[in-house]
Amino acid sequence: MSTATISGRKKSFLSGLPVISHLNKSVGLQRGMLITGLVLTGFFLLCTVLAPLIAPYGYAQLSDASGSFPTQEAPSSKHLLGTTVGGYDVLSRVLWGSQTAVTVIVVAVAMSIFLGVALGLLSGYFGGWLDRVLVVIADAIYAFPSLLLAIVMSIVISRGQSSFWGGILACAFSITVVFVPQYFRVIRAETIRLKAEPFVESAMVLGASSLRIITRHIFKNATRTLPLMFTLNASEAILTLAGLGFLGFGIEPSSAAEWGFDLNKAMADASSGIWWTGVFPGVAIVLTVLGLTLVGESINDLNDPRLRGRKRAGGKASRTKATAGTDSTNTGATTAPKPETGSPEAGKA
Amino acid sequence: MTTLIEVPDVEPDAVTPKSKSAGGGLGRYIVVRFFLIIPTIFILVTLVFFLMRVIGDPITAAQGGRLPPDVLAQRIHDAGYDRPIIFQYFEYLGQLVTGNFGTTITDRRPVVEMLSTFGAATLELSINALIVALAVGIPLGLIAAQRRDKAADAFLRCFAILCYATPVFFSGLLLKLTFSVWLGWLPVAGRVSTRTELAMGQLAAPSGIYWLDALRSGDFNALGDIVSHAVLPAIALGLLTAGVFLRLVRTNVIGTLGKDYVEAGRSRGVSEFRLVTKHAYKPALIPIITVMGLQIALMLGGAVLTETTFEWKGLGYQLVQYLNARDFVAVQGIVVLLAVIVAITNFVVDVVAALIDPRVRY
Repeated sequence: MSTATISGRKKSFLSGLPVISHLNKSVGLQRGMLITGLVLTGFFLLCTVLAPLIAPYGYAQLSDASGSFPTQEAPSSKHLLGTTVGGYDVLSRVLWGSQTAVTVIVVAVAMSIFLGVALGLLSGYFGGWLDRVLVVIADAIYAFPSLLLAIVMSIVISRGQSSFWGGILACAFSITVVFVPQYFRVIRAETIRLKAEPFVESAMVLGASSLRIITRHIFKNATRTLPLMFTLNASEAILTLAGLGFLGFGIEPSSAAEWGFDLNKAMADASSGIWWTGVFPGVAIVLTVLGLTLVGESINDLNDPRLRGRKRAGGKASRTKATAGTDSTNTGATTAPKPETGSPEAGKA
Repeated sequence: MTTLIEVPDVEPDAVTPKSKSAGGGLGRYIVVRFFLIIPTIFILVTLVFFLMRVIGDPITAAQGGRLPPDVLAQRIHDAGYDRPIIFQYFEYLGQLVTGNFGTTITDRRPVVEMLSTFGAATLELSINALIVALAVGIPLGLIAAQRRDKAADAFLRCFAILCYATPVFFSGLLLKLTFSVWLGWLPVAGRVSTRTELAMGQLAAPSGIYWLDALRSGDFNALGDIVSHAVLPAIALGLLTAGVFLRLVRTNVIGTLGKDYVEAGRSRGVSEFRLVTKHAYKPALIPIITVMGLQIALMLGGAVLTETTFEWKGLGYQLVQYLNARDFVAVQGIVVLLAVIVAITNFVVDVVAALIDPRVRY
């Protein structure tokens, strides 16, 4: 990713880092979007780390020294964002919720990357019937509405578990099942392309084992797009987690704070004009997803020289059709081959 | 959305070997593609069947704590759930092929009847949402394309990302708070008021899509009631998709605006407005039609959330109810129906793409 500038200019170590090099490349609106995204994401991560310090109360705390909290109290000096119908402090639950979100995203995306990359490498490298079967299964899962799949999985996995890690793992597994096909598709396509490259063929001729070729020659080249997919998937993971929580298939309120669950409880409040229980967790979701999406999309645009805004002259040239694939909101499209160029594996299948 | 690239990316694996030797052709492509529906549905049915059985047999799951053990055992035996699971699986497949989805455990309704009743409500919601999405997404996309890299474009792009970043249930909550609670213009939840629901039930041969039925019977009071209930859910679900349409129209129209024939039109003195709406827009529509079909899967997922938010009694709302009641016969029925819808939609999309663009056929 950071190989885009190959001029003889001296580069410090700092400007070689992915995000910073992107920031240097960006200009105008694109830079604004990237900076906004970085600020929002940074704020979100800061909340996660500092939640135990800055949250006024615990996420499941119902009372303090001066007695139990009032229920459905409007924002006041004691409860800055009010309290919920169950008597929880809204501000504390919003802050602690960021911690739940980060945990689930990290676990879910790590598991999906591991499974998706491993299966994609094997399937793409060895081909044959295993490849056929995996592709058909991945396509079937991929085509199905992801939220429904996550719901079914969470019911199967959790079976009513309510502990912190039980709930987190159930959510993370459900999200994993949804994401594995995406990583699988991208890595498999890359592997098939790389397999025909001269450097892999020469390794074969030299007698390198399949294991060595996969791990040393293909793995690094096929996984270059992963950081980008991670950013884009993280926002989708947050939405899936919130959706699960909203439908009541997420984590119990006493074991962790979860924005979707709080929004579910807030639905009934809304009818009687109580807005603070729902609006704040909702805003937290929107800002977090917005931040991650902006970062992911900006990096994606900056990686593609046809989409990148120029620092000076030339602005409007050649920013045409290429956007078709990359500009749709979702993930896979950004990394997979575009329709115009055809699929590289088509010729060799 | 992602599946914009799916057509050429995936199909060749399954199709190429046969069509290569036969020399291709549209008819053959359609036939081969049609038979690819079957494995998709089969895999999802199998997956759901075994996932559900991991938890236990459906009767214990639904009524476990409530019945004495001997009655429970008798019921399980009567329903055949004590036989080997492979046997049950093939029996279930056989039933599906003959269109028998079984009977729900909690409210003892035939699953097929349940599906058609609630399916109509979900269909109505999806149609309404699609209307909103097109009405919002396409004009705004055209504006963004024409004012590219200006303030309007930046604003609209942010709007599109915001549409994606806002969960349906949160936009639903905001809409409810604003239009139902504070302004008091629209009802808070539900699909119709009770009086209209009764009137709709008395119609001969109802389609189940309320506004269609109300239009046919000429009952305009009912129609007003139906529309006032439908507005907020349609906006909440429609905005989710509107953002996708906006970006899609924008990028595709920008693509066609750079073509020579548009430049030729401009040199002849055709107005910018006409260039965008007539010359550049139509060729840009082709990918939009393809993606529109692929939005169905996203919409079905969104429908579950929208229906729960607005207590709209459709398939998604009912799915959550049945899941909470652990009624897995009903859940299986709903999931199978959704799998069939998704598989058929993808088939239609692929065929349309092949009709439009010969490069897709191999």
